[in-house]
Amino acid sequence: MASKIVKNHTPLFHIAKRDELPFYKSLLIRIGSIVAALIVCAIVIIAFTGENPLSIYATIVEGAVGTKRRTWGLFQNVAMLLCVSLAVTPAFKMKFWNIGAEGQVLMGGLATIYVMMFYGETLQPAVLYPVMVIASILAGAIWGLIPAVFKALWNTNETLFTLMMNYIAIQLISYYTYVNAVPKGSGQIGIINSDTKAGWFPSLGGYDYLLNIIIVAALTVFMFVYLKYSKHGYELSVVGESENTARYIGINVKKVIIRTMLLSGAMCGIAGLLLVAGTDHSITRETAGGRGFTAIMVSWLAKFNPIYMILTSLLLVFLEKGAIQISTKFQLNPSFSEILTGIIIFFIIGSEFFINYRIMFRHSAKKEVK
Amino acid sequence: MIASFIQRAVMQGIPLLFGSTGEIITEKSGNLNLGIPGVMYVGGISGVIGAFMYEQSFEDKADMNPFLAVLIPLLCCVFGSLVMGLIYSFLTTTLRANQNVTGLALTTFGTGFGNFFGGSLIKITNSDIPSITLSSTSAYFSKTLPFADNLGWVGQVFFSYSFLAYFAIILALFVSFVLKRTRVGLNLRAVGENPATADAAGIKVILNKYAATCIGSVIAGLGGLYYVMDYADGVWSNDGFGDRGWLAIALVIFALWKPKFSILGSILFGGLFIVHNYIPNIDVSTQEIFKMLPYAVTILVLVIVSARKKKEHQPPQSLGVTYFREER
Repeated sequence: MASKIVKNHTPLFHIAKRDELPFYKSLLIRIGSIVAALIVCAIVIIAFTGENPLSIYATIVEGAVGTKRRTWGLFQNVAMLLCVSLAVTPAFKMKFWNIGAEGQVLMGGLATIYVMMFYGETLQPAVLYPVMVIASILAGAIWGLIPAVFKALWNTNETLFTLMMNYIAIQLISYYTYVNAVPKGSGQIGIINSDTKAGWFPSLGGYDYLLNIIIVAALTVFMFVYLKYSKHGYELSVVGESENTARYIGINVKKVIIRTMLLSGAMCGIAGLLLVAGTDHSITRETAGGRGFTAIMVSWLAKFNPIYMILTSLLLVFLEKGAIQISTKFQLNPSFSEILTGIIIFFIIGSEFFINYRIMFRHSAKKEVK
Repeated sequence: MIASFIQRAVMQGIPLLFGSTGEIITEKSGNLNLGIPGVMYVGGISGVIGAFMYEQSFEDKADMNPFLAVLIPLLCCVFGSLVMGLIYSFLTTTLRANQNVTGLALTTFGTGFGNFFGGSLIKITNSDIPSITLSSTSAYFSKTLPFADNLGWVGQVFFSYSFLAYFAIILALFVSFVLKRTRVGLNLRAVGENPATADAAGIKVILNKYAATCIGSVIAGLGGLYYVMDYADGVWSNDGFGDRGWLAIALVIFALWKPKFSILGSILFGGLFIVHNYIPNIDVSTQEIFKMLPYAVTILVLVIVSARKKKEHQPPQSLGVTYFREER
């Protein structure tokens, strides 16, 4: 057999795992991938609008930060996406695929709106706000806890479990909005407490969303410290790397799974609180707006680092707002932004390969022989 | 009433059946493709684009060639979903990207793609029609068996569907057979259970993963096409397809990774999906509670399957894990 093989047969190239790449190099690869993605996006945009790409990028910037109002909207959206991304991160680091953030956010929002509607008039603000916070955290945490318990008990597939929990949450919202619809039968509850503003987040210094942004900034710092410097953060990353190792060094894996999902759900609950009490003052099936899914990509692209997440969520929201502006200007469908988001994410996750692996061609192998 | 309920349930179930058959093939190769909802959107809209172009090229819709009217959307749909499958395979198998993230990105992209073209097709082609209504094409797609009307309820329950619906059922049986009884199926299952062992045994792991994912995507895409052309009578409405893609993924678990079970499962899910329309004297709000049923049932099955730990009911062992030959 062996004699039949051509003498110096080596494959054209082979792939090997890299050691840690220097930071600037991996950064260059990432930036390169984003640039490549933007070029592809430009081609797509030109194909549909026939405009020159520079004016299109100008439109994107204008749509994202063109006016003071838009800039605030941008920051608000970044903060909300960041909040959900932070929430899913500890679970991901543990390799627990919580794709139920959407549902956990909605449940937090549902608890908030329930308190606002039925206790908004009777409770003093000093009591009302804490009750809202506790209710939303509890609701989100419970929604995260249920799949975690089954995962810990029987290793039930959490990806699909959390996914299904989303739809149960969505239907609960539907039920709630039909029952409490204003006017009756419309299926919507509209903006609540608009005269008393009971339970609404106050606007700081005239800026409506400032409080949301401050809260999310605080959460970002908290999550950074929690993951990097706390014992909990260490334990969950060990569980994520290898459950057997975790067990061997005496970490109670089940406890870590449940505790981490409680935290993840609770933070999603806070996101729901911010969306309902701090932003919409209402609730619909669309309140979470797909952020639960986008957050997974934000967190993954940022390599679970809360500080990078600010950048990745900014990138995605910026693009989304810009694409919406393009679609309004050229009378296209606003889903345009999702196409662009998809393209960019494809490129960034594709680029990870070049960071983690290197391709070695045949001639480089010869050099080593010399 | 019962006959019409079953008929509607089957029609609801067929897209799910296509989706879950496709996803089962994909998952058997160890790829958990969460992009199936996106793939089904792309399959649907690609067919719509093809049919739209073909219909627009005729002044009088009666001149359309029935054979081409079916073939063109079908080929467009296959092409669109094949591209989606290739994107997923390239990213996860060749570039070893994370499957969940890739899948979700694919879903974002696919639903965006569907809604974008659904909402902008008229504007892009400068047509002067108010909405995308492909009733002529749909008429060819939803042709039922000619003798169905004469058979009363038997005809309604068993023979009142279009060719794609029967194709879905035959396909599911065929896939079941291939997976269980043939060498190809055995190899594919080996790749999904333990790619390293399969590789050592000389099975082409990468080829199997690519083929399974792409074939799976194409089958799932047909579900999107069936939905638009038959169920929705050729009318594309944005987000009309809804969460059916996720339900198809749920159905995979419900059917315990066996396509022949998903035939009954899909009809059951279809029934659960519409049962709220058939229960007398319930108000709108209670209907919303009934709409939870398919999801709640899936969770229940998921929990029971995982608690019983029966070997033949488990997901493929390497599901969701990227294979890298040089590892270790």
